[in-house]
Amino acid sequence: MTTADYERNQVLSTQNDYKVIGTRPIRHDGADKVTGRAIYGADFDAAGLLHGKILRSPHSHAKIISIDTTKAAALNGIKAIVTAADFPEVSNTKVDLGEDVTELKWLRDNILASNKALYAGHAIAAVAASNPHVAEEAIKLIDVTYEILDPVLTTQEAMADNASILHDSLETVELGHNTGVVSNIAKHFQHIKGDIKKGFDEADLVLEREYNTKTVHQGYIEPHSGTALWSPDGRLHIWCSTQGSFVVRDSVAKLLDMPISNIRVTPTEIGGGFGGKIPIYVEPVAALLSKKTGTPVKIVMTRRETFEGSGPTPGSQIKVKIGVKNDGTITAAHAWMAMEAGAYPGSPVGAAAQCVFSTYDIENVLIDGYDVVVNKPKTAAYRAPGAPNAAFGVEQALNEIAEKLDMDPIELRLKNVAVEGTRRADGPVFGKIGAKEVLEAMRDHAHYQTAKQTGHGRGIAIGFWFNIGFDSACNISVNKDGSINLTEGSTDIGGSRTSIAMHAAEVLGIPVENVRPSIVDTDTIGYTGVTGGSRTTFATGWAAYEAAQEVKSKCIERASTIWDVNKDDLHMEDGVISSKSDPELKMTFKELANQMSETGGGISGSAAVNPSGAGGSFAGNIVDVSVDPDTGKVTIERFTVVQDAGKAIHPSYVEGQMQGGSAQGIGWALNEEYFMNDSGSMSNTSLLDYRMPTALDLPMIDTVIVEVANPGHPFGVRGVGEANIIPPTPAIANAVYDATNKRIQELPLSPGAVLSAE
Amino acid sequence: MAERKTHVQTTINNEPIDFLCEPRQSLLECLRDVIGLTGTKEGCNDGNCGACTVNMDGRVVTSCLVLGVEAEGASIETIEGVADGSNLHPLQVSFLENAALQCGICTPGFIISAKALLEQNSDPSEHEIRFWLANNLCRCTGYDKIVRAVQDAAKKMQTA
Amino acid sequence: MKWIDFEKPNTIDEAIKLLVDSNGLAKPLAGGTDLIVQLRVGDPRVNASQVIDVKGIPELNELSYSPESGLTIGAAVELYKIYNDDNVKKYYPAIIDSASLIGGTQIQGRASLGGNLCNAAPSGDGIPNLIAHGAIVTLAGPNGTRKAKVEDICIGPRKTSIDSDELLLSINLPINPSGFGASYLRFIPRNEMDIAVAAAGVSVTIESGKFTNARISLASVAPTPIFVKEAGDSLVGKAVSPEAIQEAAILAKNAASPISDMRGTAEYRKHLCEVLTQRALDIAINRAQEN
Repeated sequence: MTTADYERNQVLSTQNDYKVIGTRPIRHDGADKVTGRAIYGADFDAAGLLHGKILRSPHSHAKIISIDTTKAAALNGIKAIVTAADFPEVSNTKVDLGEDVTELKWLRDNILASNKALYAGHAIAAVAASNPHVAEEAIKLIDVTYEILDPVLTTQEAMADNASILHDSLETVELGHNTGVVSNIAKHFQHIKGDIKKGFDEADLVLEREYNTKTVHQGYIEPHSGTALWSPDGRLHIWCSTQGSFVVRDSVAKLLDMPISNIRVTPTEIGGGFGGKIPIYVEPVAALLSKKTGTPVKIVMTRRETFEGSGPTPGSQIKVKIGVKNDGTITAAHAWMAMEAGAYPGSPVGAAAQCVFSTYDIENVLIDGYDVVVNKPKTAAYRAPGAPNAAFGVEQALNEIAEKLDMDPIELRLKNVAVEGTRRADGPVFGKIGAKEVLEAMRDHAHYQTAKQTGHGRGIAIGFWFNIGFDSACNISVNKDGSINLTEGSTDIGGSRTSIAMHAAEVLGIPVENVRPSIVDTDTIGYTGVTGGSRTTFATGWAAYEAAQEVKSKCIERASTIWDVNKDDLHMEDGVISSKSDPELKMTFKELANQMSETGGGISGSAAVNPSGAGGSFAGNIVDVSVDPDTGKVTIERFTVVQDAGKAIHPSYVEGQMQGGSAQGIGWALNEEYFMNDSGSMSNTSLLDYRMPTALDLPMIDTVIVEVANPGHPFGVRGVGEANIIPPTPAIANAVYDATNKRIQELPLSPGAVLSAE
Repeated sequence: MAERKTHVQTTINNEPIDFLCEPRQSLLECLRDVIGLTGTKEGCNDGNCGACTVNMDGRVVTSCLVLGVEAEGASIETIEGVADGSNLHPLQVSFLENAALQCGICTPGFIISAKALLEQNSDPSEHEIRFWLANNLCRCTGYDKIVRAVQDAAKKMQTA
Repeated sequence: MKWIDFEKPNTIDEAIKLLVDSNGLAKPLAGGTDLIVQLRVGDPRVNASQVIDVKGIPELNELSYSPESGLTIGAAVELYKIYNDDNVKKYYPAIIDSASLIGGTQIQGRASLGGNLCNAAPSGDGIPNLIAHGAIVTLAGPNGTRKAKVEDICIGPRKTSIDSDELLLSINLPINPSGFGASYLRFIPRNEMDIAVAAAGVSVTIESGKFTNARISLASVAPTPIFVKEAGDSLVGKAVSPEAIQEAAILAKNAASPISDMRGTAEYRKHLCEVLTQRALDIAINRAQEN
């Protein structure tokens, strides 16, 4: 195989008649980011800034008997100390967290523990000082008396009879009914389609397997940070690195019992999130400290705090049972999934259930989902949360089945692939989707068509993520020089402000360099949902599209006034407004902009959308590995990712999402895990021993963008951020099997595990 | 001994800079919190992620593992000094052209590291680039476009 | 971090005086890539209120070679200087095996073999390599200077036989005879940046197809890096052969007493000892035969 044999990055484009969409402009925030000028959360500074530090529980499960802060308070330089007692009393309500909902009491308790420490790293108290080293020494002087309890660290332990209980008030909800039984199982739900028993009876072959995954972290390079200033006029201003400034505002409002209009959240630039920066952690603590000191207070997590005090994704137990006919038709599928929620209910097992079998059209499906609390940090979203865990099981099981039936694994999947009209086990009927196209692109790719090298193993897998819509707003105002200012509220983790600007540029027919996108605060833009759920380009791009359409129609109206003609006679194409009937009548957008004031005033447009047609995305991998037979070390030799983007607005950043999710999946497959010691705390709280891939651990990651346009978006966009993290773990496990004949059903496939596997 | 700050004299981006710091403050803290150059980032504070990379006396180091007081008499290059006035360095240009950044937090560290590599090896192989950059972690890109950006810049700098 | 005082002496005598006056509460600072992390996390094994920067002392920055005395590496000499040095490349190429893989590029811009040795981690990547080369260290204290074998320095995890008022000055690698070859090989889960799960540093001298000398040392499989004398001795007098290599590898494995921790299980580490010793010997033998 040589580089000349195939294109490393392909766009299988179905619609090419756009001027801006599909091009690769330089991102608008580029100069700031390559010169170190961009301000991220920890870079923020303000006059009189104090530094906050948080004391965290060393114990994974303990009653908090008392907290004595006198010695810490007496330390020279300490300006304020807070604990959970400083939260206002509020009645329990539900809090919208941006992608799911929780109880206020859980959220509050996670920010600062009240009567129990539920995980090692649980925040107990915080201090503020002008010298962060002094603050760090001060928290060591806070005396906490604990009564240590037994922890539970896995779903198996937590679900066992007589397991140590985290919450006396948590009663299991079983299939929608509160059982009144106190346990660590928050919820058991089912999705039922068809008749599962009949389905298995019809099968010629039934495969039943169990898989286990460990806790892993999103691993963003920038730790959490936030600054709060509680002003004497009762307004709270927060600057933070977040995926959702409105979620911060709403959550803080509920926690501190304030109206949302008293809180202004200014998002800084953000150094990665992947879902982990949707929840809030330090902002309310900084706010409480600021209320006492009257100055801005900044809290920046250390790397250790990021591992122990934020939200990893669950470890899980996945049982899969699949029945097939000899010709490869899947007749029945059952998934039993228990996922760790961490210290409070709310694992992504529900989302996993929406994806587990959704790539396939199966008549009889049963999904059992269990949301289980354990003495670990409360889990947060990690890029298609829950789905990678499920796929690790299902996509391996399917490959085992393919081998037993002597079928090519891609052919087995094509035989059963979901299409438009297929109903998922969790209910929705698919609109137009690209699963088949992704599988075909995988099959036809040079990687798959080329024989693997001697000693290598090859594996494939495919995954699905449903993507979300939710609210986005966008305002556009036209400048006299023919450029436009575009404001929106989606924090930009990966170049999205440019893709959003490209939507507006396409509508108006102007170069994208003439769009000035800004991400603004919660006072300055309408409600906008999180930058997550693969929704940003889709929904905020759509808001930009609508706002630009409004500008466009106002331009036509203005031109009709200037020329004194009927506006139905005018159209605007490629940045030129002209008359359909009189070819002499034309002017450019820039010319119109230049005379706005004299001809009626400024022109602007705005939109607030909540689109429901988010098309799901499918992503597939082909991976070749080599395995050192004496050490078990797996090396990724070649990696190809194929994904349906609907329409790649900016192909370079779509490729970037695909490559990034792949790299995270590779780390998840090979080395990443929380090592929990006997007392229930994490042993490997540094980036030395939490082993994420380095540049030396990965090859080039080849990409194919498939475009099966999403009819639910004006340009056909499907969010691409998430689905690509789903296939790597099973694809790699399948490749390792191909290389070694060892079927490994537990993550990660670390060298010792591969060597000792049967 | 009474706790007093130390007066440090150093050169940063070719400018003489004086600052006061406690011995326990790292060079990274001094750059960011004392001098105000926040382009160099903290990702782990123990030398494992490379986000704090600066060039000190001709070689790249993780500034979280250098004490501020150790910078006395040293010559330090940070990301803020890479561009030539308002002209971006070829690496900065190629990072943008190749979309080699997504969130951008690791980018300053990568540019400082890659710049040092190209100054010592003007035509590195893909393996040499990956080996040199193994101390710089990126979680967003999977490194593919970063490697391409370095290769691209190397080509442009050779013909310049 | 709690408060620390900082001193930068210009001579060995000044440094010794500071160490003596500190009553055991001062630590010498070279590259800082271990010490600063330890101070920051409050490692109880590092009880220091003063840090003594030794990088201003000329003897600790020496990197020199002579055909009489071999290679002298000052205690503070940074790894990047070692692997870029022409004499090292020519006469002690195996040292580069360690120097080029401790941490990554940035760590190598600061870290030193002297610091790696004094840190005395069971996994110290420089140590088996130095032992395999028969390296000798020079220490200075209030009572003068003394020499010691590298294999006698580490006495427990993060504990050395160096007194708190002594300073490591330099490491000397003797001249290697013709027919000498060495190598250091470690196993890590990733390809860089990790602490060794297990490691082997070996050297051989071959004359007329037979081993006349061999030294084998392991890391990460005991409370300290270990010099497995019997494994190297088993090769002496034998012809080079896979069987002889395997026998030595098994002797090395048997000397290992690893623990199970987050970096590997004891059984896995023991297994790796044999694999790595064998592979390292193969490389060392190849280098010896080219020499």
